[in-house]
Amino acid sequence: MAEATHAQKGDWVEIGRQLLDPADRSPNLPPETADKPLLMWVKGFALGEAALGEELSIETMTGRQVTGKLSAVNPGYFHTFGDPIPELTRVGKDLRARLAAYRATAQGGR
Amino acid sequence: MANRFATIMARRAEIMRAALGMDYDQFERSPVAFDYEGMMDAHGYSLQDIVEIQTKAGVGNTPLLELRNMTDLVRSMSAAGKGARIFVKDEAANLAGAFKDRRASVSIHVAKEKGYEGVIAATSGNYGAAVASQAARAGLKCIICQETYDSRHIGQPEIVEKGRVCEAYGAEVVQMTVGPELFFHMVELLDETGYFAASLYSSFGVSGIETLGLEIADEMTALTGAPPTACIITHAGGGNTTGTARGLKRAGATETQIIGASVDLSGLHMASDTDFNRKSFTTGHTGFGVPFATWPDRADVPRNAARPLRYMDRYLTVTQGEVFYVTEALVKLEGLERGPAGNTAMTVAVSLARDLPREATVVVQETEYTGAGKHHWAQLNFAKQMGVEVRRGDPKENKPGTVIVIPETPEQIRANDFDLSRMRTSYVRNALKAAPEGYEPTSDDIAFLAADTNSEPATVERMITELREV
Repeated sequence: MAEATHAQKGDWVEIGRQLLDPADRSPNLPPETADKPLLMWVKGFALGEAALGEELSIETMTGRQVTGKLSAVNPGYFHTFGDPIPELTRVGKDLRARLAAYRATAQGGR
Repeated sequence: MANRFATIMARRAEIMRAALGMDYDQFERSPVAFDYEGMMDAHGYSLQDIVEIQTKAGVGNTPLLELRNMTDLVRSMSAAGKGARIFVKDEAANLAGAFKDRRASVSIHVAKEKGYEGVIAATSGNYGAAVASQAARAGLKCIICQETYDSRHIGQPEIVEKGRVCEAYGAEVVQMTVGPELFFHMVELLDETGYFAASLYSSFGVSGIETLGLEIADEMTALTGAPPTACIITHAGGGNTTGTARGLKRAGATETQIIGASVDLSGLHMASDTDFNRKSFTTGHTGFGVPFATWPDRADVPRNAARPLRYMDRYLTVTQGEVFYVTEALVKLEGLERGPAGNTAMTVAVSLARDLPREATVVVQETEYTGAGKHHWAQLNFAKQMGVEVRRGDPKENKPGTVIVIPETPEQIRANDFDLSRMRTSYVRNALKAAPEGYEPTSDDIAFLAADTNSEPATVERMITELREV
């Protein structure tokens, strides 16, 4: 699918912005977190026009107005199940066989 | 923007007081002690009232299933006369797919009654879906704050899925990078909107879980003639353990062993940008289970209603690989495709039932929905992408963040006891640290600490003496 690079007023979009500079972050963070800014993303309806990366205000589902940089137009969900896991694919077959063998014994048949 | 964090955090108590709909100061007895039962009762709802609220909300009365194939699998590797019957409460059958609906239903009921326009919760888990779903039914606006991404904007797939489902229910989802400042932004949003704080740790939410304990006691009695020998609870923030145990006790199941179960994530830092996407579990792990048990009042409410050390008889941990293996076993042997984190207790059950007599019964008290992103295959594929090795072998070689070892045989699944007496001492240390320097605990404080750690007062006194000698 073609990814839209421009939002029109009224489009469902995602914007991102920085919430905290590294210097303003919570004390006692591990160094790999402390030297990064705290970022956030939120979705809503565009209140104006913008290209990706440009400043845009949106109205969120609760009616809040939030301003940030346009990060996606009509943002989708692409998380998945992925490939079968070779380390797990035999588990079911093995355990079913094991159960059948147990139930064939005197103890398991009771 | 300088010091925005500090400015908001300084006003935190005032903002939370308005957002919680309850004055917590009335329960304080000293710098150490507070009236826990008084706080739990303050909302004025009886257990029967909560059952009615939940029935209207489409929550609860989930199926209790006997897992005959899992039981026989366990018996196939047990000594003669051993191998307890295994049951599961299929909490995935709740409206939004998890026991968290019980928690959310009461919070949303309170928010609606008190006239709030909307609700806010900081949660990356099933609780967000539950709050969003219940808010949709009640016609309340809803904001969910999630810790979703690392600094490279790579999302943990399970949390991305929770974000999707919250948005499907019409919530505004604020997705953030790694860090505890999630709570800072939640407080900021509460200040901006005047919404109700649907905290995971309020007495409303934790009381909502008591019905789960009640159902387990009643249904097991109807089915087997007695409450279960043991109830195994996937343990993270402590609400699940606390609420279920309270419900069991209220139903008269005072002999049922309360077993907390967590995935061992030792070695990984919960606020680390680099560890974040190498955990493979977003909840039910020791990264929440240990700190929240040893210092419950770290939560977003002045006093946490979830106090698991009051109730836990044992705390057992299992490895990531063991949980993924049992999740696959549950699908193939019982036709139950459920989320991996909820199966932490199931994994402990496989180990525990093996050591109990055949006449004993164990109840795994929850399942959770699964799906794209949440599924155990999705998590293992993601782990591989993040550079974590996945292989079969001895689960003792599992190392969180480095290698996930899937057991070769079910015999290799063995839960480990976490030292509860160490956790109790750690809790007492934290409680004393929170009091002003030089504060001398009174006999009332000792009695409170004893109740809060399920210990004798003399044991607490000994702990305090030992802590002072160090």
